[in-house]
Formats: sequence, C-alpha cells, structure tokens
Amino acid sequence: MATATTTIARKRSALTRGQLPSYAPWAVVAAAVILAAAIMALVGFNALGWGVLSAVLFTIGLVTWSAAAEGSRKAKDKLATCLVVGSFLIAVLPLVSVVWIVLVNGLPGLVTPGFLGTSMNGISGLQDNTSVNTGSRVLGGIYHSLMGTLLITLWATVISVPIGLLTSVYLVEYGNDRALARAIRFFVDVMTGIPSIVAGLFAAALFAAISGPGTKTGFVAAVALSVLMIPVVVRSSEEMLKIVPNELREAAYALGVRKWRTILKVVIPTAISGIASGVTLAIARVIGETAPILVTAGFATKINMDVFSGWMSSLPTFIYTQILNPTSPANPGPSVQRAWAAALVLIIMVMLLNLGARLVARFFAPKTGR
Amino acid sequence: MKALSFGRSAAVAVIAAGALALSACGSDNATGTSPSAGGSAASSNLTGTLTGTGSSAQGAAIDAWKSGFTAANPKVNVQYSPDGSGAGRKAFLSGATQFAGSDAAMKPEEISQSKTLCGPDGAIDLPVYISPIAVTFKLSGVKELNLAPDTIAKMFRGQITTWNDPAIAADNPGVTLPATKITPVHRSDDSGTTQNFTDYLAKAAPSVWKDKGAQTWPSSLPGENAKGTSGVVKTVTATEGALAYADDSAVGGDLGVAKVKVGSSWVKLSADAAAKAVELSKPAAGRAANDLALDLNRTPTDPSAYPIVLVSYHVVCTTYKDQATADLVKGWEKYVLSDEGQKAAAGSAKSAPLSSSLAQKALAAVEAIKVKS
Amino acid sequence: MSSNSLTSAGASGRTGDKVFSGFALGAGALILLVLFSVATFLVVQAAPTFVANPSEVAGGEGFWKYILPLVLGTVIAAAIALLIATPVSVGVALFISHFAPRRLAQGFGYIIDLLAAIPSVVYGAWGVAFLAPAMAPGYQWLADNAGWFPLFAGPASATGKTILTAGIVLAVMVIPIVTSLSREIFLQTPKLHEEAALALGATRWEMIRMAVFPFGRPGVVSAIMLGLGRALGETMAVALVLSSGPLIASLIRSGNQTIAAEIALNFPEATGLSLSTLIAAGLVLFVITLAVNMLARWIVGRHKEFSGAN
Repeated sequence: MATATTTIARKRSALTRGQLPSYAPWAVVAAAVILAAAIMALVGFNALGWGVLSAVLFTIGLVTWSAAAEGSRKAKDKLATCLVVGSFLIAVLPLVSVVWIVLVNGLPGLVTPGFLGTSMNGISGLQDNTSVNTGSRVLGGIYHSLMGTLLITLWATVISVPIGLLTSVYLVEYGNDRALARAIRFFVDVMTGIPSIVAGLFAAALFAAISGPGTKTGFVAAVALSVLMIPVVVRSSEEMLKIVPNELREAAYALGVRKWRTILKVVIPTAISGIASGVTLAIARVIGETAPILVTAGFATKINMDVFSGWMSSLPTFIYTQILNPTSPANPGPSVQRAWAAALVLIIMVMLLNLGARLVARFFAPKTGR
Repeated sequence: MKALSFGRSAAVAVIAAGALALSACGSDNATGTSPSAGGSAASSNLTGTLTGTGSSAQGAAIDAWKSGFTAANPKVNVQYSPDGSGAGRKAFLSGATQFAGSDAAMKPEEISQSKTLCGPDGAIDLPVYISPIAVTFKLSGVKELNLAPDTIAKMFRGQITTWNDPAIAADNPGVTLPATKITPVHRSDDSGTTQNFTDYLAKAAPSVWKDKGAQTWPSSLPGENAKGTSGVVKTVTATEGALAYADDSAVGGDLGVAKVKVGSSWVKLSADAAAKAVELSKPAAGRAANDLALDLNRTPTDPSAYPIVLVSYHVVCTTYKDQATADLVKGWEKYVLSDEGQKAAAGSAKSAPLSSSLAQKALAAVEAIKVKS
Repeated sequence: MSSNSLTSAGASGRTGDKVFSGFALGAGALILLVLFSVATFLVVQAAPTFVANPSEVAGGEGFWKYILPLVLGTVIAAAIALLIATPVSVGVALFISHFAPRRLAQGFGYIIDLLAAIPSVVYGAWGVAFLAPAMAPGYQWLADNAGWFPLFAGPASATGKTILTAGIVLAVMVIPIVTSLSREIFLQTPKLHEEAALALGATRWEMIRMAVFPFGRPGVVSAIMLGLGRALGETMAVALVLSSGPLIASLIRSGNQTIAAEIALNFPEATGLSLSTLIAAGLVLFVITLAVNMLARWIVGRHKEFSGAN
C-alpha cells in the first residue's frame, strides 16, 4: 500500500515540478531538534518537553514548507501523516511505560524457583517476614491462580463464543432490519455497559437461587464472565461479518449453495481473522476481571481443578489481594513481588492466546488475493 | 483440506498435551516442608471444609491461623475470602459461610436475623484480633510527635494547616517543625479502621469532632484519600507533610508515628498498650451472655493504654446444624484464641495479643457451641 | 475448499437451514433473556432505595441528591478518556493499517492487542505509582498559570490523584480496544475503492478521507462504544487512582467520583439499605450506557449505506 504511493510519487517527480526535495524531512527534523533544544535551554531543559516541542516544530515546518512548494493538498497530506504518526507515538509512550514497569517489577518474582509450580497453601506472614529478614527466596506461587484463570476463562469462552457468534450470524444474515434484530443489537450495546461487579452479583444471585446460598465455584465465575464477554463477541463478530463482501454470498447462492452452508463455509471463514481477533479481545477483556470473580469464585490459596465445586483463585484476584492485603502487612515486599510477577504471567498468557488466535485465523482463513 | 484438518488436529493435540503437562506439575506444598512432620496430625479427626468471608484487616492473621490449623488438622480445608466485613456478615447470615470476620460487632437487627439460622440464641461475636491504629505522618527529620486528641482532630478537619502551628509546637518542645502544609489522607473505601478512628476522635475530642464514628469518612472534609491501608501508606510515604491513620502493621519505613495523649501522659503505640486499652473496655450493653462484643474505652486514664485500636471479631453460631460443622468451628476458634494462634497472628500480621482474661471468656463461649437438637 | 462439499444440497440442506437459523435466533433470544434477568435483578435489588425515607439513604438527602454528582463524575471521567482515546486510537489504527511498513505494522498490531489484556489493577497500580506523581507538577503549573479557567482552578492536588489523571488512565486502557477493532475495519476497506481514489490523483490523506473513513465509520463508532463501555464501567483503576471527593469543576484538584468506583469502594462494607443504594447506582450506570448507545446507534444509522452486507 505505502510502497505503491511512493513509487508513483517518485516516477512523477521526474515529470512535474513543485515537489519537496527528498532531503526535506531530514532537514526539517534537524532544524526542529536544534530549535527545540535552543528554546528548552531558555526555559529549562527536560527530555520529554524537548521531544514534544521538536515534534510540534517539525510538523509546523514541514507543513508550511510543503504548503509553499507543493500546494495545500499535499500540505494537508503531510499534516495528516504527521498527526497519525504523532498519535501513534503518544499512544505508545504510556503503553510502553506500563509494560516496562510490569517487566521490571515482575521478572524477579517470575524467575524465583517454585513460583509457577506451587500454590499459596501454607504461606503466611511468617514466611514472608523470614524471607525479608534473612534475604532467602520468596516462597509461595501462583499455580492455583494460573489454573483457576485458565479453567474459568476456558469455560467462559466455551459458553460465550457459540452464543455470541450465532447471535451475530443472526443479526447479519437473518435479522437484517427486523424489529427483533434491532432490539438485540441495541441491547447487546447496553450489555457492554453492565458494570463488571453487577455481572458478578447477578451470577452469584442466580446460582444462589439454583443451588443454595453461597454457591461459589469456578463455573459461577465463568457465567459471570460470559455476561461480560458475550456482548464483546457479538459486537466485534457482527462488524466482521458485515464487511464480508456481498459478492461472495451472491456467488455462493448462484452456485446453489444453501444459506447455512454459505455462512459456515464462505462468510465465517472470510471473516475468521477478524472474529478470532475479536474473541481474543473479548477474552482479554474478561481475563483481567477482579471484582466479579471475587464474588462468584471466592478466594482460594489451594489448588482446585474442579470448576463445579469449591472455591477457586484466579490471577487477577491473586494480584488484587496481594497488592491490597499483603500476606505480611509489615513486609509487603514479597507480596508485591508476587503480584507483579503474576501480572507479567497474565500478560504472557494473553500473548500466547493472541498467537493462538492468529494461528487459528491462518489455518481457517481462505487464501485471499492480497 | 487435508493439510488443514491435520493442522487442526495437531493444534488440538498440542493444546491437550500442554494442558496435561500443566495440570500435572503443580504442588500445594509451597513451604517445602514434608506434610508428615506435624506430630499431632495423627491424633486429629477433624475433617471437612470451613468457609468464612469478611474483614480484610484480618486477612493476614487468617493466613497465619489457616496454616497453623491445617498443619495440625491435615484433613481440614479452611477457605477465607477478604471481601469486607459487611459482605462477610451478610454471607454468614444467608447461611453461605460458617463464620464471618468482622471489624464491627453485629447490629441488633442482624442478631435477630441470625436466630433463624443459629437457633434461639442466635449468633455471637468473638473478639479475635486486636490491631492498634497509628496516627502516622511523613515529615523529613521528624519520627515522633506528641499529639493531643483535639490537635489530631483539628489537623484532620483542616483547622490546623501547617506543621509549625503553635498547637503542635506547644506539645513538642525541642522539636523543630517545618512550615510544611499538612495534607490529611484518609481511606476512600468504607472501613472498620475509619470507623474506629472516627469513633476515637468523636469521644476523645468531642468539642472539635462533631461527627459520629462511621465507616465512611465525612466527605465535607478537605484532604486526599486512597484505597485500602496499603494505598494510604503509599500515598503518605510519597507526600511530604502528609498525615494519616492506618493499621500499625503496615506503617513502617521513614514514616513518623504520633504519641497520643492519654489522661495527662503521652502514650507510645505498642501491642501491649493496645491490649491494655481493650482490657479496660466494658462489654457492650444488651448482648447475649456469650456475645463478647466490646464497647471500647476511648478515653482511658491509665498511661499504659493506647486507645486507638481496632477489635475485629469472628461471628459464629451458638448452634450448628450438624456435629461435624460444630466440631470444625469449635476446633478452629479454639486454635485462633489459643496462645499459639494469637502468637502466630502477632508474628505474621503484627497484631496485639488478646489479654488472657478475654481469651478465657471467649474460649468458654466457644465451648458452649452445640448442635441443633 | 472443494466445490462438491458446498453443493451437496438436498433435503438435508433444507433442514440444515432451518436448524441453523433456529440456533442463531435462539442465541439472540438467550441474550435478550439474560439481559432481561440482569435488569430485573438490578431493579428488585435496588427497589428499597427508591421507597426509603430520603434521610436514611447515603448522604441523608435522598437517592437522587446522592447519585447526581456521581453521574456527572462518571461522565466527566469517560468524556476525558474518550476525548483523548478516540483521535489517538483512530490515528494509531490508521498508522498500522495504512502508514507503517507492512512488517512493522503486524508487530505493532500484536502489541496493541496485548495491551488490551493487562488487568485493570495493573493500570491502576501504574497510575498511582507512576502517572499521578508525574502529573502533579503539571497540575501545579496549570493552577498557577491557567487558574482563572474553572477547569484548572487551584489549589492543585499535591499527589496528582485527580479526575484528569483517572481520565488519562482510562484513555490508556481504552486505546488498545478501540485501536484493535478500528484497525481490523480499516484493513477491510475494499482495495478497489482505495486504488480508484489513488488512481484519480488523490493524496494518501484524501484517499483515507474519501474511501477508508466512510467505509469504516459504523465500525469505528462501534469500537468507540465498546471503549466507552469499559471507561464507564471501569472500577478498580479509578478506585485506585482517584482521590475521590464531592463534585467540583476543577480537573486538577482531588475530588469527583465515578459510579463504578463508588460501588467497588463501598460494596464490601455495605449491608441492607446501603447495599441496595449501591445497586441502584449500578442501575443508573446501566441507564447512562443505554442512553449513550441510543445516540451512537442513531449516528451509525445515518451512514448505513456503506455496510458491505446491505
């Protein structure tokens, strides 16, 4: 895409006048950086201000020059490019800072032996105080939470992806503009606004009515998470199904293919990459939820692999309690270390999940011409 | 198509293998001790799962009790979720849990509600955990200050705004106080700590603190807030001139702690002084015989008592449905109230031990727990 | 994909059609049912608040007096978040889809997706530990130099834990969500439209404005709505970052509170009436989302002609 425009531009430059020389951006960068440094030297130097000022000066400089030499259309294009790249840099700064902080704080805990393989069973402030006072390694791990997160999220996905995907199929392929479809569409939007704690309370109340008060299991948590997950799945897959070109559907119908076969074999595979990314996003949205899990799955320090009975821990509840209620209030260090390491593990998990979604998309997606 | 389905089955196989490998490698033995080490293990015949929710202040102590109790009774599983005192009492009253951890004793309507669950005698409050609340501040070079109740109240109300105010200086001869602005920091979440601290101010400085003791900090007052004890301590540590109240266990580092005026002397915060203040307190009026809810004495005159304390309770039934549950609860509370249990909590959560007379009374109440006939 | 697998129609195909459309319809109906039960649950639990004596509700002046500042606080925080996140996310999505070199673009997209998964507790911890102290001097400067403007009235917060900081943290949390979806939408712009625009001599920006934006608008609005849902309902991050207080206009003083954070902070200690008050607050949040979504639907509805499936 990008290469196409530049090659076109280069060919044209031989023929037409009024083009900025190819060294223009570099020259403007150099001028902007020097000028910004000079201004910062006057008001007091700091690196961030210098960077921001340079960027602003660069944009002004390049756009003005382009406006003078190339006319307003090209100048607008340059301005848009600068803004887009600038917004990318603005977005990347805080995000990188978050990741950096998690990495720096999480790595020491992650490499502690036993962190991934053991639970928090039997760990109390005594162990933490000892490890702080004697400098021995921090005991206790996240195995129970890791398993809890995997199982709860797996069940939530198993519940919400079929429901969500089928609903979006209904909306796009069957419902069109019928009143029911409009209602579903609208209420799915409303569902995205359910505060997560309310979803948790709802699931807890539902299961309290079904199987007695205080039913806290991994499955209840999975239901609570599904309430949060379904609208995201519907919303994103609906958008993805919508942009499947109608030509494809019409071609399939013209070949005498049934509608459901067309949807399963043509429409969904075409959109699978987007759907997979939407599902990943939905999982990502709920995998970090704390409040609904606390009220539905309780808080365990032991390994529990049964989603249908007993309390379960998950990584976010683990992180939350370790940060807010350290195991040893007097020496919160080990708890904080475990919390950051657990956050790092959570991010790595989602990274693998993302990778998985991409592989799925690659396996299932039809070959495109692009 | 063939390559595709091969890819799919391969992916499924990899995931299944990964799941198997993952589920096989976990261990509940985090401390690295061999499980048969406990000598008393063989003699214990308690089994089952004991569930509780409630106070997050007790969280660290419960962790210690849990590991001690399950070491002695390996067939027992104790689970506790630090959801908060209100949520804990509510879950207990709905029958979802066998005990609740609560920073406040049950309300009268909760006691009458408990009669449907626990029989005619209802549920009782057992004091199990005493935590002194520190009045803490961040002022470089100053680690200790004498603060009278009125002064503390005025500082939190924004009536004293700088650290070199004459009211503070008068009580602290020889200390050089900077002109730094006072930034009061309080809890943003409702909490038992706030309840006990405001209760203290209302009783010890009634002329300044006109609000009643409450879980919620009066919202009209100036100042910053933060979530949870750890949040408050972090905010104070990061802000020069900050003043806050926080559970003593979390206060450390370079924070200063105030000596509080009791009678006519300045009392330094200590576990013993906190235990003493609890000992000087009367049982709350209008309670059942075995209910040990306390009416804390905020204005003692004994110079060895530190009056800003939080007493946290376990709420248990007087009668349980079946023998196994009753035995489990009895065993658990006996351990919690024992010397061993209180020491474990002190070592782990820096709490103050119960005085022996109070512990004896509580143990008697625990012994009286029986099965519904 | 072999063609005979597609054309093996017949009687089984017809039942297949019925079963499949039945399933699709059922799933949609199930969602309505779930939402209906959630709403019923909320209303039943919240009901005591509305009939209670006003003096007993938190704040002592009735529920509406209690909820109004929270509603405004929620709206302010979400508005700040979206004002920052929308242009930035659309910019980032465009950067990935149309500006960055193809190889790098995939990597960037991957990283952005990843960031959507960081738990809100971590964003909250980051906001408290890093962002708030970093913003504090800036707030001081604003209070000194732009204090005449009500939004920047002093005295500035010493800790930096203000509604503006909370809004920025929310924006950082929302950016990955909006970016990720918008990027997918932009990438699906028909190549023919783009190439036609370029062939007519449009610059890259003109091509984006004339081919990519009209095509992507409904999808981007959807993405923003998803982001808004998160911004409105976010609890932990706001609860950790914001030093809450009564409603004030200034963005750089400690004050204001959002509904979700209020629920999260007070829920653990709530019983009886105060619990149902908090649930009623949740109900109000629900209604706000409903209103905002109606607005969004209306906006999208005006640009329907660009959908591929109409």
